[in-house]
Amino acid sequence: MMEEEEAEESPPLSPSVIKGTEEETPLLSVSPSTIRVTEAAQDGELLTFIIVSQKLSGTGEYHVDRTYEDFDWLQQHLFSLEDVPGIQGIIFPPLPARAQQNAPVKLVRQLGLLAAGENWTPYCRALEAYLQQVAGHSLLGRTQHLETFLTSPEPPGRQKVKKGLFNRLSQAVEGIRKDGHTKDVDDFFRTEREHNLTLTGLSKTAAERFLEVVQTERKIAVACGHFAASLQLCVEAADDPGQDTFSKMCVKISEIMESMKKNVQKVAENDVTTLGLGLDLNSRYQEAEKEMLFRRTCQLVELETASRNAERAKPLKKAAMDEIKKAAEKDFDQVSVVAKQEVARFQRARVAVLRQALVRWCELQILTATGSAEQWNQQLLAFRGPARSQEPSS
Amino acid sequence: MAEQTDNREPEPGRGEELSPEAEPLNSNGQNSLLEEEEEGEDLFTEATEEVSLDSPERDVLLSDGPSPLTPPASLISPHLPHNHLYTHSSFDEMEGEDTPDLLDISILVSDPEKVGEGMNAYMAYKVTTQTSLPLFKTPQATVRRRFSDFLGLHGKLASRYLHVGYLVPPAPEKSIVGMTKVKVGKDDSSSNEFVEKRRAALERYLMRTAKHPVLLKDPDLLTFLECSELPRALSTQALSGAGILRMVNKAADAVNKMTIKMTESDTWFEEKQQKFENLDIQLRKLHCSLESLVCHRKELSVNTALFAKSAAMLGNSEDHTALSRALSQLAEVEEKVEQLHQDQASADFYLLAELLADYIRLIGSVKGVFDQRVRLWQRLQDSLLLLQKKRDAEAKLHANKPEKLQQARDDIRELEGKVQQGERDFEQISKTIRKELVRFEKERVTDFKEVIIKYLESLVQTQQQLIKYWEAFLPEAKAIS
Repeated sequence: MMEEEEAEESPPLSPSVIKGTEEETPLLSVSPSTIRVTEAAQDGELLTFIIVSQKLSGTGEYHVDRTYEDFDWLQQHLFSLEDVPGIQGIIFPPLPARAQQNAPVKLVRQLGLLAAGENWTPYCRALEAYLQQVAGHSLLGRTQHLETFLTSPEPPGRQKVKKGLFNRLSQAVEGIRKDGHTKDVDDFFRTEREHNLTLTGLSKTAAERFLEVVQTERKIAVACGHFAASLQLCVEAADDPGQDTFSKMCVKISEIMESMKKNVQKVAENDVTTLGLGLDLNSRYQEAEKEMLFRRTCQLVELETASRNAERAKPLKKAAMDEIKKAAEKDFDQVSVVAKQEVARFQRARVAVLRQALVRWCELQILTATGSAEQWNQQLLAFRGPARSQEPSS
Repeated sequence: MAEQTDNREPEPGRGEELSPEAEPLNSNGQNSLLEEEEEGEDLFTEATEEVSLDSPERDVLLSDGPSPLTPPASLISPHLPHNHLYTHSSFDEMEGEDTPDLLDISILVSDPEKVGEGMNAYMAYKVTTQTSLPLFKTPQATVRRRFSDFLGLHGKLASRYLHVGYLVPPAPEKSIVGMTKVKVGKDDSSSNEFVEKRRAALERYLMRTAKHPVLLKDPDLLTFLECSELPRALSTQALSGAGILRMVNKAADAVNKMTIKMTESDTWFEEKQQKFENLDIQLRKLHCSLESLVCHRKELSVNTALFAKSAAMLGNSEDHTALSRALSQLAEVEEKVEQLHQDQASADFYLLAELLADYIRLIGSVKGVFDQRVRLWQRLQDSLLLLQKKRDAEAKLHANKPEKLQQARDDIRELEGKVQQGERDFEQISKTIRKELVRFEKERVTDFKEVIIKYLESLVQTQQQLIKYWEAFLPEAKAIS
C-alpha cells in the first residue's frame, strides 16, 4: 500500500506554487502513514469500520467508527473543494466500491478482488490505503473534511454535496462525444493519454484474471475438504487387523487432503492480501488517472470553444468573450500544471505499489511453500517408516 | 511348450472345446463382451459416454448358461498342458508359497504407437517383462500388443478362474469415444491423455495379474508376456444386437434369482459381503469427489496461463524499465507454475483417481465370486432336491417295474456323485474365496501405501519447485526502484 515514503518522495504541492493563491490551509493533526482501518463490524446489513490514527503530537491516537456513507461523504466533498486551483488536474485517490453483507451478485463482482478474501480484511486494507493516500496528498490532505472524518467522535454530517465535479463540464462532455477524440495541444499529455488508455485496459484485465486464479484456488480447497470428509466416512471400527490397516490408510489420505486444503487456502489468502490488492489498486488508480485526463480534455474543449467564440464575437460582445477566453486559459493552464505533477507523482506511486505487492507476495509464497514442503516431508518420512524389504505390517 | 500351438489356432467348429475363442457363444465364450471391437463394427456407436466402472466379471458369471448340473470342474479348459497346476490339491500346495520369488517380476507398458490409418487403425504398446523367475524363458522379454490382446488375455483368465473363486483383476475399460479420436488422428492433448491413461491402466492391469500367485503360472499369461506373435483374439467378431440383448436379459434373470436368500451357514461371508457393498458405495463417492478436484486443478492451470499472458502484456506496455522486466519475469514464472498445476492434476488423477477406479472395478470381481458361490450353493440345492425326488420315486417303483428300478438306481447313483461333487465345489470355492480375500486385503494395504507415498512425494516436489521459482523471482521484484 502507499507507505510513508510515497508522501515524502513527491514534491510538496504547496498552494503558493500554484498561481493565484497564498492561503495557508491547516495541516492534518494525524500522521498519514499511521492510519489504520482495524476492523469491520457487522450489525445486520450495516458495516461499520473502525479507524485508528496516531496524533502527530505523539500524545495518543484517535478511534472513530465510520460507515461507507461517511467515506462517500468525504470523497464527494473532496471532489467539490473550493479554492483549490487546478483541482481538475488532481488524480483523486479512488474509493473502493460499496461493500455490504449479502450483497447482490453485481455488487460483489464490482468489488472483484476486494471481496475474494475469507473476510473483510482485504476490503479494510483498501479503505486504509484510500485514507492514507488522501491524507498524504499535499492538497487533499489539508482539508477540514478529512480532519473531521479522522478525528471527530461524531460521524461527519450527512449533507448532500451540492454540485458534482462534472456539472460544469457537462456541455464540454457533450462536445467531446460529438467531436470524438480530441487532439491535445501538449505532447506530454498526448502520450500520457494514449499510454493511460492502454494501461487502464491491461490493468483491469490483469486484476480480473488474477481474481479468476484466486477463485479457482478456493474451489480446489472446497473439493479437498469435501474429499477429506467423505474419506472419513470410509473409516470403520477396526474388526480385524487387515481392515484396521486399511482404515489407517484412509485416515492418512484424509489428513493429506486436509493439509492440502489448508495449503491452498493459505495460497489464496496470500494472493489476495498482497498481489491481489496491488493489482486492484493499480487498476482503480489507472481509472482515476483516466478520469483526470478526461477532465483536463474537457477543459481543453471549453478553452477551444471559448477561443472560437472570442474570435467570432461581434465587436459588442468581443470584450466579454475575451474575458471568458482568458479565464478559460488560466484555468486550463493551472489544471495542466497540477496534472503534470500529479502524473509524475502517480507514476512513482504506481511503481512503488506494484513493487511492494510483488515483493510481499513472493515472500509469502516462499514462506507458505516452505512450511507445506516441510510438513509433507515429515509425513512422508513418518509414513515410509524404517526401510524394509518385505510388505509392511500394520 | 509345443502344446501351446493348439490353444492359439482358432477352431470354431469343435463343440466340446470350451475355449473362449470358439463360436458360437457358450458359457466360456461370454467373455466376448470384454473384447473391444476396435474395427468399425462397433456396437456401441450410439454411446456418447465412457463405459462405467462396473466390472464385466459379474456379467461373465451371471450369464453362465446351460444345465445347472454341469459340474464346475469341466469349466477348466481340458487341454491345458500343465493341468495339475489347477487341481484343488495343488492350490493347497501353493498356500504357503508367499515367497519373495513370486514378487520378483516387473512389467512395463510403454511406447504407444499408432498402427494403420483411419478406422482400422489401432494403438500398439510395448510390453517389457523383467524377472528372475524360472517360470519365464528369459529374464527379459519385450513384445508388442494391442488393446484387444489384453482383453483376450483377460477373457481367458476370467473364464478359467473366476468360476472357482479367484479374483481375476479386471481389464481396463473400453472407450469408444476416446479410441475413435485417436483413430481419426486427432493429435490433441485429450487424445494424448487418453492414450497415456490407457497405457498406465494396462500396466497396472498386467502387474496386478502377475502378482497373483495362481494367475502368474497361467500359460496364456506367459504366452502373452513372452511370445512375439499372438493370434488375433477371435471373439472380437461383432455380436449381433439381438445377441447382446439376450445376454443382458439372461444376466437380469440371474440377478433376480440371486435375490433368493441363501441360508448362510458362515457369517464370515455375510459380513464380508456387506462390507464390500459399503466399500463400493463409498469408493464411488470418493471417485466423484476426486474427479471434481482434478477438474478444478486443470482449471487453475488454465487460469494461471491466462494471468501469465496478462502480466506479459502489462510488462510490454510498461515504461518503467525495472517494473517492465519484473512483470515479464512474473509472466515466465507463472507459466512454469501453470505446468506445476498440470503435473499436480496428473498426480491427483493417475495416483488417486485411478487407484479408486481400479478398486471399484476389483470390488466388482469380489462381488462376482461371491455371486458365483451362491450359484454353486443353489446348484447343490437343486441337485439335492432332485436326488430326493428320485429317491422318493425309486421307493414307489420298488414294488412294480424292475427294469425301471435299475434305471432309477443308476440315475440316483449319478446324482449322488453330482451332489458330492457339488458339495466339494462349494467347499472349495468357499475356501478359495477366503484365501483370495486375505490376499486382496493385504494387497490393498500395499497398493494404498504405495500411492500415499508417491502422492506425498509429488506434493513435496511441487512445493520445492515453487520455492525455487519464487526465490529466483524475488530479486527481480526487489530490483524495482
